[in-house]
Order: sequence, then structure tokens, then C-alpha cells
Amino acid sequence: MGRVAKYTRRGALGLGLLAAGGLGVGYYYYRKPYPNPLIGELPEGVSIFNPFVSIAADNTITIYTPQAEMGQGVHTTLAALVAEELDVPLSMIKTEHGPAAKAYYNDAMIEEGGGDMAWEDGAMANFRRNMMGVLGKFLALQVTGGSSSTRNGFEKMRKAGAGARIALLGAAAERWNVAPDTLVSDNGTITDPATGEALTYGALAAEAAAQHIPSNPPLRSHAEWKILGKSQTRVDLHDKITGAPIYGIDMQLPDMLYGTVLMSPVFGAGAVRSDLTAALAVDGVSAVVPIETSTGKGFGVIATNTWAAFQGAAAIDVDWAAPDYPANTDAQYAAFAAALDAEASFTKGGRGDAIEALTAAPSDQRLSAEYRMPYLAHATMEPMNATAQFADGKLTLWMGNQAPGLMANGCARVLGISPDDVTVHTLQMGGGFGRRVESDAALYAAALAREVSPRPIKVTWSREEDTTHGVYRPMAVGRFQAAVAPGTVPHALNVAIAAPSIMASMGKRSRPEGGGRSMDDRTVIDGTFDQPAQFANARYAAHVVDTGVPVGYWRSIGHSVGGFMHQSFMDEIAHHAGLDPIAMRLSMMTSDDRLAPGRAVLERVAELSGWGEALPSGKGRGVAMCMSFGTWVAQVVQVDVSSGKVRMEKAWAVADPGLVLDPDNFRAQISGAMIFGLSQALGQEITLTGGQVDQQNFYDFDAMRMAQCPEITVDILENAARMGGAGEPGTPPAAAALANAIFATTGQRIRTMPLSHEIGFYA
Amino acid sequence: MQLIVNGQTREVDAPDDMPLLWVLRDLLDIKGPKFGCGVAACGACTVLIEGQAVRSCALALGDVYGPITTIEGISQGDNLHKVQQAWAEHQVPQCGYCQAGQILAAVALLDEQPNPTDDDIDAAMTNLCRCGTYPKIRAAIKTAAGA
Repeated sequence: MGRVAKYTRRGALGLGLLAAGGLGVGYYYYRKPYPNPLIGELPEGVSIFNPFVSIAADNTITIYTPQAEMGQGVHTTLAALVAEELDVPLSMIKTEHGPAAKAYYNDAMIEEGGGDMAWEDGAMANFRRNMMGVLGKFLALQVTGGSSSTRNGFEKMRKAGAGARIALLGAAAERWNVAPDTLVSDNGTITDPATGEALTYGALAAEAAAQHIPSNPPLRSHAEWKILGKSQTRVDLHDKITGAPIYGIDMQLPDMLYGTVLMSPVFGAGAVRSDLTAALAVDGVSAVVPIETSTGKGFGVIATNTWAAFQGAAAIDVDWAAPDYPANTDAQYAAFAAALDAEASFTKGGRGDAIEALTAAPSDQRLSAEYRMPYLAHATMEPMNATAQFADGKLTLWMGNQAPGLMANGCARVLGISPDDVTVHTLQMGGGFGRRVESDAALYAAALAREVSPRPIKVTWSREEDTTHGVYRPMAVGRFQAAVAPGTVPHALNVAIAAPSIMASMGKRSRPEGGGRSMDDRTVIDGTFDQPAQFANARYAAHVVDTGVPVGYWRSIGHSVGGFMHQSFMDEIAHHAGLDPIAMRLSMMTSDDRLAPGRAVLERVAELSGWGEALPSGKGRGVAMCMSFGTWVAQVVQVDVSSGKVRMEKAWAVADPGLVLDPDNFRAQISGAMIFGLSQALGQEITLTGGQVDQQNFYDFDAMRMAQCPEITVDILENAARMGGAGEPGTPPAAAALANAIFATTGQRIRTMPLSHEIGFYA
Repeated sequence: MQLIVNGQTREVDAPDDMPLLWVLRDLLDIKGPKFGCGVAACGACTVLIEGQAVRSCALALGDVYGPITTIEGISQGDNLHKVQQAWAEHQVPQCGYCQAGQILAAVALLDEQPNPTDDDIDAAMTNLCRCGTYPKIRAAIKTAAGA
């Protein structure tokens, strides 16, 4: 035990941000289960088997999902994992979001925090992953993110189903006085083939729940699966095509008030002068109150409907304090450039001596490029909102969110109550993409709930408030250099990327008194050092910048930055060397058999797209590949520029996550993530003037529309040794494949996002 | 004033300039039309008025010119509209937030053009989807057109 505890502590220190609490992590704590949060919370007649499964006397089977549904289909796949072992069809299962509870910890999300390459599958790499998992359980982070939900649930949810089934069989066996292994479980019923007697799970549930429920039951082999590996009907399909009120913004409670916020558009600043007279005069507005939390300062408006609240907010006359950070985008860029000129904050991966090899190379064989990526908003379709009620010293919160524990802790601090006195009901999200990990909407709702206590209040942000008060995908500037001799594979790569640390930014928001230190935040250089291209000499350096602009997780995050830069530069190298971009990539992945799945996705996407076949003039193709969240993805985009504008005609994506649990849903995720990645290129950027975000709404921060969407073909391979994620890996290569296609077609190399600054797109 | 929503007459006490979206959502508890942008830029709030797709966030109550149909009003009990059936067959939704608006835009398109071309679909289907369900929306419209 001592040794494991020691290594665990080392894991904690390696994670940087998490070291602050002085964690005494031990194996004992790892083994000890967290309390079941459902006990005492469910109605009479509902039997609880574990934190994930309950069965009611009427045979209603409910799955409590540790992760939240934001479109990625996780309710369906987590339910399918339970159904597979519980012997019930998916259609019999009801899914609900689990409450905020340590029992729903996600240990898969930080598994890769140790920094091993995704394809490393040796004892030491897996030991480090397990240790990170121990840490994950200890921290009990209940988060939906990092494309980790199915990996996190893969064993837990199946064991939950199997444990319940074994208990049900045991209860039936006792009732009939036979051995459990003579009975058959199927379709929510247990049958004794000898007598023909049958009982539903519901009829046995109370007795079964009183049995010993094994927490580590044997699981069925892949070959025995009837549900997993096959496309399922989404459990939320009917609600989502009939307009059912399932989202946070649809919350309706008796006696509920409506509100909105007008927070300082200057980050960290407050009001220096304000006049609320006009706001209070708006019909339906009952109060305007100041709000000050760790995430922002400003005003809350309380009204009889959302529209009145919006009008009240618009009528607030206020001057905000000046920014204490580079106030416009040019000044921000200067900070990034200065960081690149300064010493690196840290390096990761790499081998040989890239700087020496570059110095030794003849000048005509040295290639260098600078890439620029802007801040980006999440622009979820459903604007930020939360509904809160503060009564008798306790807060109840209803909202779509990706981290209920963070919501509870943050609100508890605002109200000066214990997190145990906060109940979080997680509702469906109209998009998350990382934005709903943040607790700002919850904190403001909690602050307003105190004002109107004990009445509930739904606080909805306007789109403008949402766009200008984001936690943005970091801006980044990357300088890339390579040594490339004509006709040969490049032998040196030097990468330096300047970007803010998300961990540091989140730390400031959640613990303003102590947080905010920047440790080795791998998101700064993700998508570069962790990629399979094997340069004999390579250096990957992160230059962390503190820019004053709040940054946060965004679909595929660091890989969305590194993926664009690295894969654009690989294309530049190939063209400089006179090599085919796919052939060159393949030739740089030959020395290690563990990269074979990566080679396979490239070969398959070449085959699918007809790579190398001649195209009519005005058309061309580009390729990119990225390993992220454990999944290999290669993409080809085909453009047509014959009209004078770039039109994306077709796109192909091949993905290998090792194991696919629901092929239809997986393809939808890869396709959707690719569209998310391509959308950036079409004009998305968040810029600053006077420290305030310029963009306001979809008219100046838009995303791809139907007419711009290429025909997309997705293919799945399952060669990878370990299971990867689904929601994010489709995003990182997309913009690079598009930029590379534009170069192949026009000879124009665009290194700054959005690409639309330098070339027109069909709209 | 009186509104006819999904065939029912509803009494509303609200100012003339209140956007129809908020009348529906906050005053009449009809939550199918969603708030996305407030400026008719995304289409999440789409409803049908006289068969036309209308962005209800930018239509003042006083300017409502006919009976309103929301997503709640296009199916009859358990009998889904053919567009909803096609949406189910193709499992279009991901987060689903924009889909009520997308479905109503498709209903209006098919009402006017029963066999739309790809260009017709591009022209009519301008609603935003952040999950990127466009390929499935296109396929579902073609299925519904053939139904």
C-alpha cells in the first residue's frame, strides 16, 4: 500500500493544478466506494441496486448517468452498457442524469494527464494511467468532457448492470428454491425453464436489492454482446423531434420569476458609475441588483418575463472600469510574440537536438512558418442559463451543465452555505462543447435566488451576453521550423507555441484567492508533441502567456490549435520536399508498429477520397490527421474554387477509436465534430477593443450553414489497441485539411485563422 | 388580445411590441420554440404562420398575422408528422435544441416545394445547427419528400 500511495502522490504533483490541496491519496481511499447518492432520494417502491440502476415495482428500469447529455448521445450509450448486462432492451430503460455526487467520479478523463503517447500500451504507461485514474477517483471529479464518457463508463456501467442481474437472479432463486444458474434472464423478466414460471424484474426488485449486489461481477465477452457494437435508437430521440421541454432554459416552476444579467464586458472589472433609473422603469422589471462573484461583476435584473428582463438590462446606464490587460487584439498579439521571444515555459516529448539540426541545415533547406489562431466562443445554441431557488438555507439548481459538483461548490461559496446544502438537477444541454463546465451562469442564478428567496428564478442570458462573456478557446501563435531536403523525409522540427494556460485561467475563476498558477498545461502544445510524425530531431516548446482574457475548454481544445498548425506545417514540408502529403506522413510512421492504426486511417482515407486521382481544374484536395483523445482521425477535404470562391464539395473522415459501441452515433459525432472544426475557418474569431469582445451575436460570430456543408463520408476502423473517445477527435484535423486543399488548388498558403480573412467562401 | 396557437384560442395580456417567442415561452408555457439569438439569425425559434416559417423572436405580438403552429402542433397525438418521422428514421438530432426550428422550416419548404432539389434545400434551410447535423437534415428532407 505504501508504494502505491507514493506513486499516486507523484501523479498528483505531476498534474500541477491539483497539487495545491496537499492531497493524501492512498490506495485505501481508492478501494473504498463512495456513498450511493440515490439512497433516501427515490420514491417508495423503487429499489436501488447501485448508484447507476434502480428498478421500480412497476418494472420501470432507470439508469442514472454519471455524464450529461449535450448531444453526444451519451445517455444512449451509457444505458446500452447497462442494458447489455442487465438483459433488457434499451427501449425499456429510462435515463436520468445522476445528481452531484462523488460516486459519479470520472477517472477516465485525466487518465492521459501523465503525458504518455496515446499509442503507448506498455506496463509503465498503463501503470501511470491507472495512477491518474486513482487520482481521478480521489478527486471525484464528476465531469462530462475530454471525450471520456464511454471510456469512463465502459466497465462501471456494465458492472452496474451485471450486479443488478445477479441480484435479481438470486432473488428469484430464493423465491423458487432453485439454484440461480438454472434460471434465465431476458427482456426484463426472469424465467425458470423447468417450470415455466416467470417474474418481472419489478416484481423481484425489492427482494433483489436486499441481496448482496456484487460490485465487481464478471462481464460478458465482446463476442456475446447483443446491443453494444450495434447502432441504437437514441433514448432522447422522441423528445427532440417533438419539442419536449427538456433543456435548462425550459425550466418552469410555480411562482417562478425571470431574470437576466448584464456583467462587465471588461474582464475582472466592475462598474465605476451606474444609473439604474431607466432599467427600473421598464414594465415588468421589479429589481436590479449588483452581482459580484469570482467569475464576474455586474448587475442582475429581476422581472416577470425574460423579455422584460432583457429590456431592463439594455436600459442599465453604466461605465465599466478600464482593462488591466492588453486591450485590443494587436496588443494581445504583441504579448504572444513577446512570450515566444522569451524562454519556453516547458517542453514536452521530442527527441534528438532539433535546434542543432536546424542550425546545421543549409538555409534553402530550412522552412519556417508562423500560424495564428484567434480566441473562439463556444456559441452553444442554447444560451447560458440556470434556474435557482434558495429556501430554508438550501439551494436547488436546475441547469444543463458538464460538472455538477463544480456548480454546487461555487454556489455554496456565493451563498455562504455548505455544498451539501446545494442540490443540482442536471438537464439536457442545447450544446456544451466545454462551455458548460463553467459555473458562472450558476453563480449568478444563485445570487439572484438569494434576492428573491424563497421564490425560484430562471436567469437567461441574451445571446450578446453569452458571446461577450465566454471562456474562450485560447488565442495562440505558433512558430514552426523544419529542416527539409528535397525529395527526402524531413529530419528536424522545432515547434514553439504561445498560448494562455486553461488550468491557470480556470483556477483564477474557481479559487481567486489561491488559484491561477500556470503549471505544465499540455493544452498549450497538444496536437504537436503527441502526434505520430517521427522526426529524428524534434522539440516542442510551450510559451505560456497570461493575457487577462478568460479561457476554457472548447471542443478538442489544444488539439484544435495544434492540429491546425502542425498539420498545415506537415503539408508545407511535403510540398517543399516535393513529396505527396499522404505518402510523406506514412513514411514517417513506419518505425513503430504501434502506429499501424494511424497508417491505416491515412491509407483508408486516401482510398475513399480517390487521393491522387486527377481532378478538373479549379478543384483540389487536402489531407490532415490528428490523434486526439485516444482516437486516430484522418480527413480529406475537396474544394471547388472555380466560381472564385471556395466551396467545400466533399469531405471524408476515417476514425479509429479501437472499439465503437454505437456506429451510427460515432459517425454522427465524427461528422459533426468535423463541421465544428470547419466552421472556425469560415469567419469565427473573437477580437477585443478596449478590453471588450467585439462580436455580439450570430451575425458576427457565425458557424457553417447548410449551403456551405460538404457531402461527408465517415468510415470507422477498429485497429487501435486502446479505446478512444468520440465527441472531439473529429475536430482537430478539419481546418488544416481545408487550408491544405486551398493550397493544393490555388497555391495560396493561409496560416491565420479564420481562413476567410484571406480567401472568400461560398455562402 | 387573442392568439390562435396550435388550433386553440389563447388569451394574452402583453404589450404589442413583445416578441412572439417570449409570449409563447414565458406567458403561454409553449416551450418548443427555442431562444437562440433574439435577432432572427439562427432560426431556433421558428414557428409556422399560414404555413410560412417565421422567426418568432423577431415578430412583435402586434404583428402576428394569422394562426400559429409550433412543433407541438404538427403531430396528431402519437401520429408524428411525416417530417418528424423522417427525422426519427435518420436520427437527425444530437443536442436537439435547433431541431424544432429545423423541422418546421422543412415542413414549410415541403409544403411549397414537395420535391425540393439540393439547391432548394440550401435556400430554404438557413437555420443554424452547432452540432453539425446538416447532412442528416438533408437526407431526412429527401425521405420526407418521397413519403
